[in-house]
This record gives sequence, structure tokens and C-alpha cells, in this order.
Amino acid sequence: MQTDQPAEVQAAALGSARTHCPYCALQCGMSVEATQGAVTVAPREFPTNGGGLCQKGWTSAALLDSPARLTTPLVRERGQLHPAGWDEALDTVAARLGRIGAEHGADAVGVFGGGGLTNEKCYALGKFARVALGTANIDYNGRFCMSSAAAAGTRAFGMDRGMPFPVTDLADADAILLAGANPVETMPPFAQHLSGASGCEGLVVVDPRRTPTAARANLHLQPAPGTDLALALGILHAAVAEGHLDTEYVRTRTDEFDPAWQQAASWWPERVERITGVAAADQRRAAAMLSGARNAYVLTARGTEQHADGTDTVSGWINLALALGLPGRAGSGYGCLTGQGNGQGGREHGQKSDQLPGYRRIDDAASREHVARQWGIAPDELPGAGPSAYELLDALGTEHGVKALLVFGSNVAVSAPGADRVTNRLAELDFLAVADIVLSETAAMADVVFPVTQWAEEDGTMTNLEGRVLLRRKAVDPPAGVRSDLEVLGGLATRLGRPPEAFPCEPQRVFDELRRVSAGGVADYSGITYERLRDGVALHWPVPDTDHPGTPRPFLDRFAHPDGRARFVPVTYSGPAEETDEDYPLLATTGRLLAHYQSGAQTRNVDELMAVDGEMFVEVHPDTARRFDLSDGEAATVTSRRGTVHAVVRCVASMRMDTVFLPFHFPDDNRANLVTSTALDPVSGMPEFKVCAVRLGRHRGTGRQASARQEVA
Amino acid sequence: MNATARRPRKVVIAGYGMAGARLAENIRARDPRGERLSVTVVGAERHAAYNRVLLSSVVAGTLPRDAVTLHPESWAAEHDVTLRVGATVRGIDTAARTVSVHDPGGGPTALDYDALVLAQGSSPWIPPVDGLVHEDGSLAPGVCAFRTLDDCEEIAGRARAGTPVAVLGGGLLGIEAARGLAGRGCRVTVVHPHSHVMERQLDRGAGDVLAGTLAGYGIEFRTGTTAARYVPGDGVKLDDGGYVPADLVVVSAGVRPETGLAASAGLAVDRGILVDDCMRTSDPRVHAIGDCAQHPGTPPGLVQPAWDQAGVLADLLTGADSAGRYRGTAAVTRLKASGVDLASFGDVGSEPDSPEAEVVCLNDPARGRYAKLVLRDDLVTGGVLLGVPDAAANVAHHYTHRTPAPADRLAFLLGRALPEEAVRAPSPASMPGSVTVCECNNVPKSGLVDAWRRGARSVAGLAEATRATTGCGSCTGLVRGIADWLESTE
Ligand SMILES: Cc1cc2nc3c(=O)[nH]c(=O)nc-3n(C[C@H](O)[C@H](O)[C@H](O)COP(=O)(O)OP(=O)(O)OC[C@H]3O[C@@H](n4cnc5c(N)ncnc54)[C@H](O)[C@@H]3O)c2cc1C
Ligand code: SF4
Repeated sequence: MQTDQPAEVQAAALGSARTHCPYCALQCGMSVEATQGAVTVAPREFPTNGGGLCQKGWTSAALLDSPARLTTPLVRERGQLHPAGWDEALDTVAARLGRIGAEHGADAVGVFGGGGLTNEKCYALGKFARVALGTANIDYNGRFCMSSAAAAGTRAFGMDRGMPFPVTDLADADAILLAGANPVETMPPFAQHLSGASGCEGLVVVDPRRTPTAARANLHLQPAPGTDLALALGILHAAVAEGHLDTEYVRTRTDEFDPAWQQAASWWPERVERITGVAAADQRRAAAMLSGARNAYVLTARGTEQHADGTDTVSGWINLALALGLPGRAGSGYGCLTGQGNGQGGREHGQKSDQLPGYRRIDDAASREHVARQWGIAPDELPGAGPSAYELLDALGTEHGVKALLVFGSNVAVSAPGADRVTNRLAELDFLAVADIVLSETAAMADVVFPVTQWAEEDGTMTNLEGRVLLRRKAVDPPAGVRSDLEVLGGLATRLGRPPEAFPCEPQRVFDELRRVSAGGVADYSGITYERLRDGVALHWPVPDTDHPGTPRPFLDRFAHPDGRARFVPVTYSGPAEETDEDYPLLATTGRLLAHYQSGAQTRNVDELMAVDGEMFVEVHPDTARRFDLSDGEAATVTSRRGTVHAVVRCVASMRMDTVFLPFHFPDDNRANLVTSTALDPVSGMPEFKVCAVRLGRHRGTGRQASARQEVA
Repeated sequence: MNATARRPRKVVIAGYGMAGARLAENIRARDPRGERLSVTVVGAERHAAYNRVLLSSVVAGTLPRDAVTLHPESWAAEHDVTLRVGATVRGIDTAARTVSVHDPGGGPTALDYDALVLAQGSSPWIPPVDGLVHEDGSLAPGVCAFRTLDDCEEIAGRARAGTPVAVLGGGLLGIEAARGLAGRGCRVTVVHPHSHVMERQLDRGAGDVLAGTLAGYGIEFRTGTTAARYVPGDGVKLDDGGYVPADLVVVSAGVRPETGLAASAGLAVDRGILVDDCMRTSDPRVHAIGDCAQHPGTPPGLVQPAWDQAGVLADLLTGADSAGRYRGTAAVTRLKASGVDLASFGDVGSEPDSPEAEVVCLNDPARGRYAKLVLRDDLVTGGVLLGVPDAAANVAHHYTHRTPAPADRLAFLLGRALPEEAVRAPSPASMPGSVTVCECNNVPKSGLVDAWRRGARSVAGLAEATRATTGCGSCTGLVRGIADWLESTE
């Protein structure tokens, strides 16, 4: 690795720490060993990863001493970011936020968080916004991730816990339907949990692309992008019409089947085939595979959720699972695969605009009362619900929007839909402060940047995709000059006149407060302690007291609605927000690659990962490429009504001819989100990342002539 | 509603079938509180609207009758729609803008309209066969049409395992009925006047393969002949002197759009009621949608056009989109018969030697497969796909969306029916070095070969050197295979 100015990594006197990967929601167990300034990572046996790690996990230590690491606060002067002292940086931010709040009202200051932050940070961020700033304007990038599944899960089951069962339960299934999930590529060790089903010829994968996951499927359903809901309705129709409805379960454990069926009745498989391109016979086969199984699961992920009808689409899949009697039955179920490291915990503790800690609703009087009392303020001092992420970002710097923004753990300049527009909005702010470990594209626009600690440099809890709370342990001291996000928030809160004890900086103290505040909520963490986690107790929330063993399978006896029954939700298909036409004849869909994580701010700084996928590309069917006069390896432009992204053509014969694929990890002109649609789901606020209309063109810049990879036989 | 608001315009819909029900729904979706339009629906059948397309499943016994209703009983009241089921529109006075409605058991009542929509569907055509109908026009005992829920209940009630059934007409509906009844164990014979079944949708080759497939389900065919006489309790005598035993006769000899009411009101009719892109008849205040309407460029008798038309008309009547126009629907015919997968669309008549079109055709009667693809300038203009379900879905999708066809026509036409060798994974020896063996850690075969040469001579050693197998572990077998192969080449 090139080390211009290596940030000094100091081995904390901890030896080897049992911790978890810094990236995705599988939170693979790993041990981090620090010796003489060198830090190594090794996989560790843990149920989610079974002792495996993907390449991101294996190379994660590279980020600790990356030359890209920020080690001093930066403050903008005369247009340039300059190194500054901590006091100067904190004073500047507190003063600017204070002044803007005083001049324009508390809601003129906004906060944007992230699903990679620890529970402690998410909690502190929500409290900071509501108590220290008094603003309603706080939301986080999980809106771009989990919000549709969360809304649909809550509608159906009364509670949203991504997977309401331990992931190891999947091994016992003889059929699994994965809708819009590509775990073989994005969280590879997860794939071992699918081998039971694929061994029984029971793995069904729904994906417009033939991903590595789809390639392993026994049945790959390849719908046109944006038509997932129609497909879910078609399979439900087939299941009912072929006599697979579990009438006893529907009668005893659910409500509202009839209205849901009345919608699905109009989506017979042959009709759905015309919309999706998925053969009616294959829809029937999928229904038969799931219903014929001893144990079966329906799992969804972003591919099916990131749509303007994402919430309804997830409801469509949940309806299917309910019709087959899967949820809340030992060995079967519905679950959603969380993507971000703390995507689950991140949505439970109050950094979401409509929520308070413990997965409480901010518009519920009793919840407000409880939380306000814990925070030592009056309930009416607590702000109400604010706008969702994209709405917040889209209004930045406008008359009705926030004028100053604090960003923690998110790189919205790359990850938000219609990225160009969001970048312009960021530029309109009076003031922007960003806390990050590297100078992300968003941080580079800030007035003040705080360098903060990362995973192996601090303690903190994460809640993984199965709702299990994990303790990440500190393995090394952070580089000199770096502080934790909690310290940043504490420093700002005291400068804004809050008592220091209201914003403690030690993770464990913050967690203890979170436990108290979450007590009695849906996501009750009160019985979870650092000690129990250190002892390795498997604690899936809710855990209402310290003797409670946790709740790995919350729905076995009853669902979380007051009457204990699940709800079908009547949904119908109306199609994506944007259709193709003569000018934009192709559909673009976006997604992740194995070697990168989210906006790539972290992984683009790891050489080994950049060697695998170091440049932006667009996957195109060879015939489609030819139609646009392009060939493999050529530089192309992909243009939608919102913008143009530059990418190198990769011809992939398994692509649908009407579809191109763009990974969203790359910056600047290579941001996939320059083209994505800004249509939002009316229930969840989820943007439509997964389908928009585009055309291909030739990029007149430098083209890459041949594939860099060598053929060695 | 506030006092200054204008009185809502009165819309009367004649027909509470698939088109009429959808129109009422669409109107209320755009005008939920009835501020712009008041809606009255008059439906001759005594049921709430139901999904006619699913009747084949009711006959086959896979769906109970309750499962096909489109609206719950309470729907009309909840949506501020006046509903008169069992009532018939008997006359239209276009000058006075009234219709006369006959309620069951009651006399005629007059109803004003600002806009009248005819959504009367079509009715089965009963061929002139001796003994099929009584003097009064009602069907003889044991004879059923196949159009309404009541028809289906009667068919289902008479169809027992072993019952001999004659199906008169081997079109789309006749075949669906025949297959459903065969599934119930009936002894089914289809009598069809043309030389091959479904002649409107299929060429000869496909028709023959289809008949062969259906024969496998025990269905017999009498083609090129018509029924001459029906003797209740005995069977059907054919024109060619043949005889078909039948306790039940299902008549599926085609449908006729309901045009009588429109014609007697002086509206222009041809096969159906003539309409323009606004679904207007020759009287601008009278509209027609669905099976009873005849729109240029729209195939008759399918539900998708009916629903598309209902959407456009709701936009126009409510003013939600006064520029809305209906421009026709590309139709794909799909047979809904268990175990038979058939799609047909567009030009199916062109033959491989056609000078104008590019035609690819494959005939595999032994396996029940027939596939024909007709292209012009790379666009799919027609196709028949029988027994190749995934290709059918894909080709029809290209036809509907007018996406150019892939260059490899044969792969396009065959879908997953491609020979397996074409897609089988290569062996450790023959696979190229650049192929990724461990997906989780991006280890290509060449990486393993290099590590082996540097001394990693076991699976564990290779794992240690390259991280292959340390993700999900699913490549362990392949890594072992490569190790074995390398060892054998030493
Ligand atoms: C068994 C079967 C299977 C089918 N399968 C398919 C398929 O797979 N795909 C497909 O696209 N199509 C299929 N169809 C055709 C499809 O059902 C029709 O295209 C569709 O129902 C047309 O809708 P409609 O409202 O125009 O007519 P209908 O649904 O027939 O409704 C017309 C209604 O109006 C009533 N009516 C008539 N005159 C009056 C009057 N004067 N006053 C009051 N009420 C009146 C009738 O009683 C009837 O209830 C199938 C049809 C049948 C019978
Ligand atoms: S990125 Fe995800 S799958 Fe890969 S090692 Fe980390 S937690 Fe495991």
C-alpha cells in the first residue's frame, strides 16, 4: 500500500478483539489482532458467517491506516478546507448552528444520519437533534435502504424486525424465494444458509439480472425492472388457483385475506406474464415449490423494495407468504435482508424523522410523554415528525428547507437519488458540517469536517439483519487527532448550552441510557447489557429485562398487532413512475458489487478492492450495445431525463435486452444516481432507485480499448 | 359538497361485467366523493361483478365461485354508486337522454343520463343445430353455454367423473372448457368445423400439435365437421354421419357482441358498436367499451382492451385527463389450460418461405412443442409458442414492447429448451484462467494455479494462500477439483 503520510495505528493494549465486520448487515464475526502497528483481520466463527468472510471483510483493516484517513478537523476559509483545532471546529459549528437556529427557527437546522452508525450514535444523534437543536428535521440514509420493508412489515405484523428468526434457521428450509436480493455477491457468507434449499432444488430467485445469486437458483424469474409487484400478485394468484392456500392458517392467524385476494384475482399468471415477461408456467412453478416445501421462506431485499411502490411490493410478497401460512411458523417465514451494517438498529432509536427510541412513533402521545420524561424535557418541547430523507435533502437551502445541515455517516452526494440535484442543494446551504472517516464527496463540500473514529477504534453495538444485538469491540486506538461521533455530539451539545451529562461520550453510558429510553417500546433493549453481550449471549430484541433470554422468533405464538393476528394488505400493480419511450428506450437498474460497499467512500480507498472493480461500468446485452453502436470496453454515456453518467460498457449476454445495470459505488461523473428517478414511495419515502428510463450514447472522452484482465488457462 | 358546486353529471353504465365494473371503479378512483359524477350501474346478471376470465378455473374446479367476484357486496354503497343488479336496459332515447330500465319483477322505469356507457359484453352464439334450443329460445336440457357464472355452475353441477361431454367449437374457450372438464374426469369430445382447432389463433402445424397434446389428456377431436342434431339423454349426431355420446353439451361456438340495443337506438354498429379513440359512438353522449365495442385496431373479445378503454373513458368523463385517447392494445392470446402452454399473437400465418417476413419455425410434435417466430426489421410481428413457456413469455414481451429481437433467433425461440450442453459448466481443466472460482473473494482459477505453483498443494493450503473457500464455502468442491487436476498434471 502506498503510504504518503500513514496515519499511525496504535495497537491498544487489548491484544486480539472479538468483533464484527465494519460493513454490511451480516456483521460477520471477525477477530482483529493488533501488533506493532500492523493490524490483521481474521474470520471468526459466528452463526451469521459460519467462519467465513468476504473480500470486503478480509481487507477491512486497510481502512484503519489508509492515507485517505482524516486525522484533523477541517474548516473552510476563503473557499478552501484547512486543518484546524478541535475547539475551533466545534466552536465554529456550534456558533453557526446557534445563529441560524436563532435567526430562522430551530427547524432551519437539519441532521442527516446513517445506517452504518452504531446504536449509540444513532440514539445520540436523534436526541441531539430533538433536544440540543430542537429540530424536527432529522432523517437518515436508511430511507434509501430499508424503509419500504419496514413499513410493509409493520403493516402486516405490527412490528418490523427484518428477519424475525435467526438466519441459521434458513438452513432447514427446502424452499426459499429471494426477491430482489443478491447475497451471493453482496454478502457472500450468507450463501451457506441457502444451500439447504438449493440442495432440495428449492431456491427461487427473482431478479431482472442473472446475478451470481440467480445463477445458483433452481428457478430464476427475470421480471422487467419495476414489475415486481405484478409478479408477486401473479404467484399469489397461482398459489390460490392451484389450491395451495393454507385456509386454516389464514382463518386462525390472519385478517383481511378477502380484500387482498380481490386485488390478486385480477392478476392471473398469463396477464402478469405480459407485464413482467416471466412465464406463467414459472409463476405456477414458484408457487408450487414454496407450497410443496416442508419449510419455506420468502425473503425480500432492495431490488424489490427500492421502488415508488416499494411498500406495496413488499406487502405483495408478504401476502404470498401469509397465504402459504409461512410467517410465525417454526422453520418458515418472511424476512427482509437488511443491507447496511446497522440498518436494523439504525431505524429503531430515533434518527428517523417519525420515530423515537425503542421504535416508538413520534406522533404517539404516550411515547412522547415517556421519552420526554427520560430526556428531562416537557413533551411539547419535543418536535414532531419531519420530512423523509429525500424530501429533506430536496428542500435544502430553499425557503422552506433547512439552512444548515449536519451529516453523520452518510455520503449523500453519491448515494441520494437524482444526485446532481442533491449536490446542488447541498451547495445552497448556508452551512454544512460533516463527520466522516475519510474526505467523502459530501465532506469535500462541507464548511467544517470532523474526523471520527471507526469500527475497530471504539466500542459500540450493532443490530444485525436478524435483530440480534452485537457488541463491536475496540481493538486499536484511533489515530491521534480523531474523536468519536459521540464526542463530537457531546462537544456541540455543551456549546449549545446542554449539560454534559445529557450527552455522555462513553458508548456504554449512552447504551445504558438507550436501554432505559427504549424500555416498553417495540424494540425494547432494556434487558441487553454490555456484560451480557461480552459473554456472548445471543440477544434478539425485544429483551425486556436482564433475565430475559431474548426473542429470536417473535411471531411463533402471535403477531405484534394488539389482537395478535397478521394482516393481509390489499395491493395492486400500477407500474413504475417512469416508462420507456423513443428518447429513453431502455430501463436502468442500479445495485451493489462484491468489492464495494454503499457509496464506496470506504471501499474505494482499499487498493485490493479497487483492483477488482476500480472503474464504473454499465452492463448491457451485447445486441443492445450493438444497437447503440457500442462494444465491450468502450466508454459510454447513460442518460436519463435527470442527467448523464459515464461508464465503460460491459457486454453481458444474460442481461435482458431492455435493461442496463449500473453499480452505485463510484463518484463524480460516474455516479449512478445522476440518472436515477426521484419518485418516492408515498408510504415509506423510498426513492425509485431500481428503475428509470435511459438511453446509451458514445462517450467522446478516452475509451478503454481492451479488457485489462489476462486470460490464463 | 359546497352550495356553489355544480350538480354532478349523471353517468349511466349499462352492464356490470368486467368493463362496466372497472369503469365504475376508475371513475371513483378519480372522483372519490362523487363531486363530478354520479354513477348508476345497471347489470342484467343477478350477481355482483365477477372475473369472467377466471370462469375456466371454476369449470376446472380449481377456484370456488366466491373467489372470482370482483367487488364485495358492500362495494357500491361504500363508493357512492347506485347499483341495480338483475336489471336490464331495454331502450335508449338519445333525444331525451333517458334509458328505460327493467328491474326483476318490476316494470320499466326511466333514467336520465348526461353520459351513457354501453358495456354489455357479448353473448354466446348458439349454432342452428336441431334440438339444441326450445321453441322459446331457451336451451334444451343438458345444454350449456359458456359465458356466465350461472353457466359454469350448471356445467360444474353436471360434470361428474365419467360423464360424456360434447364441446361444440374448438376455439380458445372450447379448448379451455374441454381441458377443465377432462381434468374432472369427464370423457370429452370436441366437435370443430375447421380442419384444425383454434384456427383464428393458430396455423395448421400448431393446431395439430395442440390437438396431439390434448389427446394425451384423453380429449377426442372431430374436426372438419359440425353437429347436426342433439338428442337429450343420448348425444350429438354429426354432419359427416358420426355420433358423439353426451350427457352434457357445452356450446362454445363463438360470441357475438351485444349490438341490438344500440342498433335499435339508431347508433352505428357493424360487428360491434362502432367507437372512436374517445370511446364515443355515433352519438357523442353515448359511449361503448369492452366486448360490445368495435374499435379499429383492437382485437375483439379480450379483457385487456376492455380495461384499457375503461381507464381512458374514466379520464375523459371525470376530466382527469381530457386529452386521454385509446389507441388500441396489442393482443396476446394465452390459453389457460392446465399442462398446456400456448401463446399466440400477431401474424401467425406467414410461412418460412415468405418473401416479406423472416420466419423461424420449429415443429416437435413428439414432445408437444411448436414454435414459430415472425419478424420484420428485427421486430417481432407474430408468433405461436406451444410447449416452450419461458420463451413464450420472453417473445411475447418483445412483441408487446416492440424491443428488437436478439440476434440469436434460435436461442430466443427455444428459451430454456436449449440443449443442456450449451449451458453446462466447463471442467477444471478446460475452464479459462480468468473464470472466478471463489466469488466471495474474487479468486480466479489462475490465482489458484499460481498459488499451487508457489507451493500451496492442498485445498487448505490454497485457501490460506488465496482466501478461496473462506467466504460462503460453496466453491470448496471446485477448488478441490482444480487441486486434483493440477496434481494429475504434475
Ligand atoms: C370462460 C371465459 C374465459 C375467458 N378468458 C379470457 C382470457 O383468458 N383473456 C382475455 O383477455 N379474455 C378472456 N375472456 C373474455 C373476457 O372475459 C371478456 O373480454 C370480458 O369479460 C369483456 O368484458 P365486458 O364487460 O365487455 O363484457 P362482460 O364481462 O361480458 O360483461 C357484460 C355484462 O353486461 C350485462 N348486460 C348486457 N346487456 C345488458 C343490458 N341491456 N342491461 C344491463 N346489463 C346488460 C351482461 O349480462 C354482462 O354481465 C374469457 C371469457 C370467458 C367467457
Ligand atoms: S461485508 Fe458483510 S459479508 Fe462481507 S465480511 Fe463484512 S459483514 Fe461479512
